[in-house]
Amino acid sequence: MGKPETIIEKIWNKHVVHQEAGKPDLLYIDQHLVHEVTSPQAFEGLRIANRKVRRPDLTYATMDHNVPTKDRHVIKDEISKKQMETLKKNCEDFGIKLADMFHPDQGIVHVIGPQLGLTQPGKTIVCGDSHTSTHGAFGALAFGIGTSEVEHVLATQTIWQEKPKTLNVKVEGNLGPGVTAKDLILAIIGKFGVRFGTGYVMEFTGEAIRKLSMEGRMTICNMSIEGGARAGLISPDQTTVDYLEGREYVPSGKEFEKVATEWLDLATDDGAEYDETVIIHADEIEPQVTWGTNPGMCVPIGGSTPIIADVDHKEDVKRALEYMGLAENQPITSIEIDHVFIGSCTNSRLSDLQKAASIIQGRKVKDGVKAIVVPGSFSVKLQAEKIGLDHVFTEAGFEWRESGCSMCLGMNDDIVPPGGRCASTSNRNFEGRQGNGARTHLVSPEMAAAAAIEGHFVDVRQFAGVPN
Amino acid sequence: MEAIKEHKGLVLPLDRSNIDTDQIIPKQFLKRIERTGFGQYLFYNWRFDDDGNPQEDFALNQPQYQKSSILIAGENFGCGSSREHAPWALDDYGFKVIIAPSFADIFYNNALKNGIILIKMEEEQLNKWMLKAEESSFVLSVDLKNQQITDDTGNVIDFEIPEYHKEKLMNGWDDIALTLLQEDKITAYENLTSVN
Repeated sequence: MGKPETIIEKIWNKHVVHQEAGKPDLLYIDQHLVHEVTSPQAFEGLRIANRKVRRPDLTYATMDHNVPTKDRHVIKDEISKKQMETLKKNCEDFGIKLADMFHPDQGIVHVIGPQLGLTQPGKTIVCGDSHTSTHGAFGALAFGIGTSEVEHVLATQTIWQEKPKTLNVKVEGNLGPGVTAKDLILAIIGKFGVRFGTGYVMEFTGEAIRKLSMEGRMTICNMSIEGGARAGLISPDQTTVDYLEGREYVPSGKEFEKVATEWLDLATDDGAEYDETVIIHADEIEPQVTWGTNPGMCVPIGGSTPIIADVDHKEDVKRALEYMGLAENQPITSIEIDHVFIGSCTNSRLSDLQKAASIIQGRKVKDGVKAIVVPGSFSVKLQAEKIGLDHVFTEAGFEWRESGCSMCLGMNDDIVPPGGRCASTSNRNFEGRQGNGARTHLVSPEMAAAAAIEGHFVDVRQFAGVPN
Repeated sequence: MEAIKEHKGLVLPLDRSNIDTDQIIPKQFLKRIERTGFGQYLFYNWRFDDDGNPQEDFALNQPQYQKSSILIAGENFGCGSSREHAPWALDDYGFKVIIAPSFADIFYNNALKNGIILIKMEEEQLNKWMLKAEESSFVLSVDLKNQQITDDTGNVIDFEIPEYHKEKLMNGWDDIALTLLQEDKITAYENLTSVN
């Protein structure tokens, strides 16, 4: 036995193509995911330099950021339309598989990768999108890249990367009833801030993480980037193996048994050392709501907005409260909302919709609240419809939409108007994120559902039928 | 990418931390398929009101900061979305140097690939410059080769930058061309592993 290693080191070392002292390593990329917004300039760069895509077979594209969620045939914005047509042409010209707007495999890129089994333990995965960290839930090293890097990966199937430091985010104890993966990751970022992960890859460990479903793990890893880490991951275990078995791009039969053993061997060795460790106690975590303009500005549902005199970074807090139209020391439960968005690469998978539906069931959305559900993929939408979730939502007064990124960033028509206030299951509460002047509060699907019913934030644990 | 060895310019102070890429370039401008022309949309929601009129209290709209090319900001500059449209917008507007206590990882790489010099500077020194720039027109000279910044009174401050990043900026290297020098190794890797 050699020195015990973390999964991060194991994956890294396996993918180094070239190494030189004083320079970043050249890493091989196993899976490149592409979408319409961050790729057109990369393909254009290839054309200008007369370069090809080195491994179209390791590249997979979909349309998600811009797609309309009401009627796929109505794209009002000509520039959005052009961007999608450009992706289609680029995929045709360079021989890349594309799940376009009408394809049964279409969906948010970070929902379809795992769904199709393209995402697998031990892979290096990149995409021109910061929430690529989502795929780390499977024990893959997955991170977001810029468009120049997209072009680089298209041309060479590699990327120059400085070896990251390793950070163990250790979650001790267990989450209480009605407290979700979303609350856990918000509490982690609330406690350690929006830049504690800068320069690191985070590995989430501990009992509470082991007990999470794959969908819960994806929610956790998805928001690693909001804590500053380009990548966050979780060592694979039987939950990972069970989720992947039978998926389209996963080997079957004897070959599956072989890869499953390899996957389990990737888990961080006992006694492996991290550059840094932080600890959080899951038992102490309550449902979270963000009050400010970055995901670290969050408090438990029973809490209040900060008192400026009591905090560091007074200017930042003052500015955030002002933008959010909130007073100091204002109880979170007194905040009234007029929009609810259930969706995004953080919380738009089947179990997210099921949990929200269990709160909604037999209840009505408060008058004056516009509430929408946007499934993460076409397949999630179909599965949800099969078990009647669409009816639960629409009977309560929610709109049931087609899949896409939608109101998480409002590149299509799904925006919150200026001054509007949204309970959102997405990942960023930045100024203007959901629409110019829009105010975003990040919450779990259950908390968003409860807020839709009451018209203000409430502790979802007080609702009957809270899923465990 | 154009080589950059030194730069002298007017400083724009933006005393805010966690300036995310959604603020640097809002999403409604990400639909273009070109790399150019993003400067007009830089900090759009801070620069303009709902009707598209300039917000006078925002530094970029004030006469003394016109033609500024060095940006000084608070910690964690460029956090959030991986959109390279952020450095494209900064570069297109004319910013060649950004100085902050820290930068978000993805933004740092993206800016480097567009020939923007990013300098990490400890807060005490940064705050001095921030105050000076807020008071009146303030010019800094950045010498990348010698890793020094000189202010208008001749004070010289050293800065750190990884040698490899410095070399890339000073030579304006095309990453892909560099990588393709290792093509044999990439092919060998593909042949050795199951990635084929």
